[in-house]
Amino acid sequence: MRIMNTKNSSKLLILLMVLTSIGCGSKKQQESLKIKGSDTCLPLTQKAAENYMKKNKEASIMVTGGGSGVGLAALLDGTTDVAMASRKMKMDEILQLKKTGNSEYKEITIANDAIAVIVNPSNKISKLTREQIEDIYTGKIDNWKDLGGDDIKIIAYSRESSSGTYEFFKEHVLNKKNFGPSMLLMPATGAIVQSVSQTEGAIGYVGVAYIENSIKALLISYDNGQSYIEPTIENAKSKLYPISRPLYYYYLTKSESLVKPFVDYLLSEEGQKIVVSEGYVPVK
Amino acid sequence: MQKYSFRYFKEKIAESILLLSSLFTSIAVIFIIIFLFKEGYGLFNEKPIEKGYNLSIHPSNKLNNLTAKQIKLIFDRNVTNWKDLGGDDRKINLLTIEKMTDIYTKKELGEGFEYLSLKINEYVIKDSGVVAFFAEQFLDANFKGKKVLIDDNKIKDFITDKEWYPTASPAAQFGTLSLIMGTLWVSLGAILFALPFGLSAAIFLAEVSNPKLRNILKPLIELLAGIPSVVYGFFGLVVIVPFIQQLFNLPVGETALAGSLVLGIMALPTIITISEDALRTTPQSLKEASLALGATRWQTILKVTIPYSISGITAAVMLGMGRAIGETMAVLMVTGNAAVIPTSFLQPIRTIPATIAAELGEAPAGGIHFKALFALGIILFLITLIINLTVEFIKISKKSPRL
Repeated sequence: MRIMNTKNSSKLLILLMVLTSIGCGSKKQQESLKIKGSDTCLPLTQKAAENYMKKNKEASIMVTGGGSGVGLAALLDGTTDVAMASRKMKMDEILQLKKTGNSEYKEITIANDAIAVIVNPSNKISKLTREQIEDIYTGKIDNWKDLGGDDIKIIAYSRESSSGTYEFFKEHVLNKKNFGPSMLLMPATGAIVQSVSQTEGAIGYVGVAYIENSIKALLISYDNGQSYIEPTIENAKSKLYPISRPLYYYYLTKSESLVKPFVDYLLSEEGQKIVVSEGYVPVK
Repeated sequence: MQKYSFRYFKEKIAESILLLSSLFTSIAVIFIIIFLFKEGYGLFNEKPIEKGYNLSIHPSNKLNNLTAKQIKLIFDRNVTNWKDLGGDDRKINLLTIEKMTDIYTKKELGEGFEYLSLKINEYVIKDSGVVAFFAEQFLDANFKGKKVLIDDNKIKDFITDKEWYPTASPAAQFGTLSLIMGTLWVSLGAILFALPFGLSAAIFLAEVSNPKLRNILKPLIELLAGIPSVVYGFFGLVVIVPFIQQLFNLPVGETALAGSLVLGIMALPTIITISEDALRTTPQSLKEASLALGATRWQTILKVTIPYSISGITAAVMLGMGRAIGETMAVLMVTGNAAVIPTSFLQPIRTIPATIAAELGEAPAGGIHFKALFALGIILFLITLIINLTVEFIKISKKSPRL
């Protein structure tokens, strides 16, 4: 047993040595632009960074995910230049930033993300009002027959409570009420699509980029059922579709010269084309 | 002589390297534990309301303090009158910053919202049923409203409350009972499934199987341990979840049972490998003595081999259970993660590791949610510690009847 312990500990030692050497390695590239944060913004930013580096050979951009909170925390302790976020900076984070002395920051909206409400294709329902969705997600309605569908229990899927999408959905669809306790919280958008496609009574919400044939996107009404809008990129761009949220870049004003060229590229016509091709809604 | 001293020197170096690496491990472990407790315990020195925010009521309101639970009821509009909370018979009126822009015109609030704090003050004094939630930067110098007192998070509530709403605004709810129960529930299921399977497989490999078959089976089983847990999780989500849903005709397949099955499969290689090694340490002479006394092979396995290696088997179960309790990704994908107290294996549950894995990435570093997740880590650490101590205790008490 004792021999095993030393064996394990030397393994750990090697692992730690490898980790520290990786840590040291990344510090050397100081010229490169570091972008970190929301997983929603990740594919879009990666694609844009790739294209940007192809055009500008000397530029170097490192994009990593981890979540809006991780990105903003990294911005606070100076380990990233840009924080991607699918939510606004919280008061807590602004106060912490003030403590560091570099409180001047910029917030740039790089794209919009439209959220579609999806159900299983076998579901008879094809449209809902905001109030009905609120009743489903706060747990007031738990059977599709109350909404004119079949007698099937409603299984409501949501993103994790720490996800920016969760906050957004709560604020804009649930009228700031909390989700009911029996919601199924899924770690990723892909998992929601998978679960909704294989569960008869399921309802979920995902970005419009994730709509596919195995699930059905509902038409949504924000005016008590007078008009129902289909979740498409065109409808979101014209602001007709109501459930849409901005995606942000945050950076400190002092690093503007490093960040600006890439942000300008992303906001240019070419950059916004990438936004569309990745399934998001362009800003302009 | 010189050669001898050189060898002696070499051995000393090797020895000190071994000592250093074990010292290093112990220090790393202690450091991590200290870090865990420091961050986690910080939760109980803070209020469940986000820092930099203010919750105020009309000065004539009888109430002085509200609990996080009451605040959630108010802001979910499940309670709409102050008398339900022990106050006067007044309608509750919620005031947030966004609402201010609806009530007052842009002109009244000023170009850069410079009159916002003034207007908040004005509104709060005017409405006797008001409860206002706003950032402290908008607090007027002579604000007349009454600031609501909110207690710090308490350890007792943390363990006994059922509601886990870590990002609820204005007041977060940190009740972990359903998470603790979920974790224990799904691990119990995993062990109930993996123990009989694993033990039978280990006995087969160690005692029954011929060496050829064993040489094929054992590496195959050990291969299971090398598969990343996300792959198990995805396998569970795509195969086990729909299977359970159809088998029991359930509205939803993401259940504790699915989690237990996936975890059970993941714990199998640990349980099989370690208990097989333990079974094989039984001295040949003991087994031969048993056979010589006329016992059959079965009797020898049951009465000699298993009792002899029981401490190794317990260690295997312990390590398997440890893997099950601490596992994050696989459980995160198949259990549905609804924070409710489990009553059966056929309903969604939420475990502690899944909660930490899912939420830590988005929680503002150093905030109350962040600290609450570390406090969850402490609970997980304590659960594992208790299991380890129990196993140690079993091992000691089992020693006396050993051969």
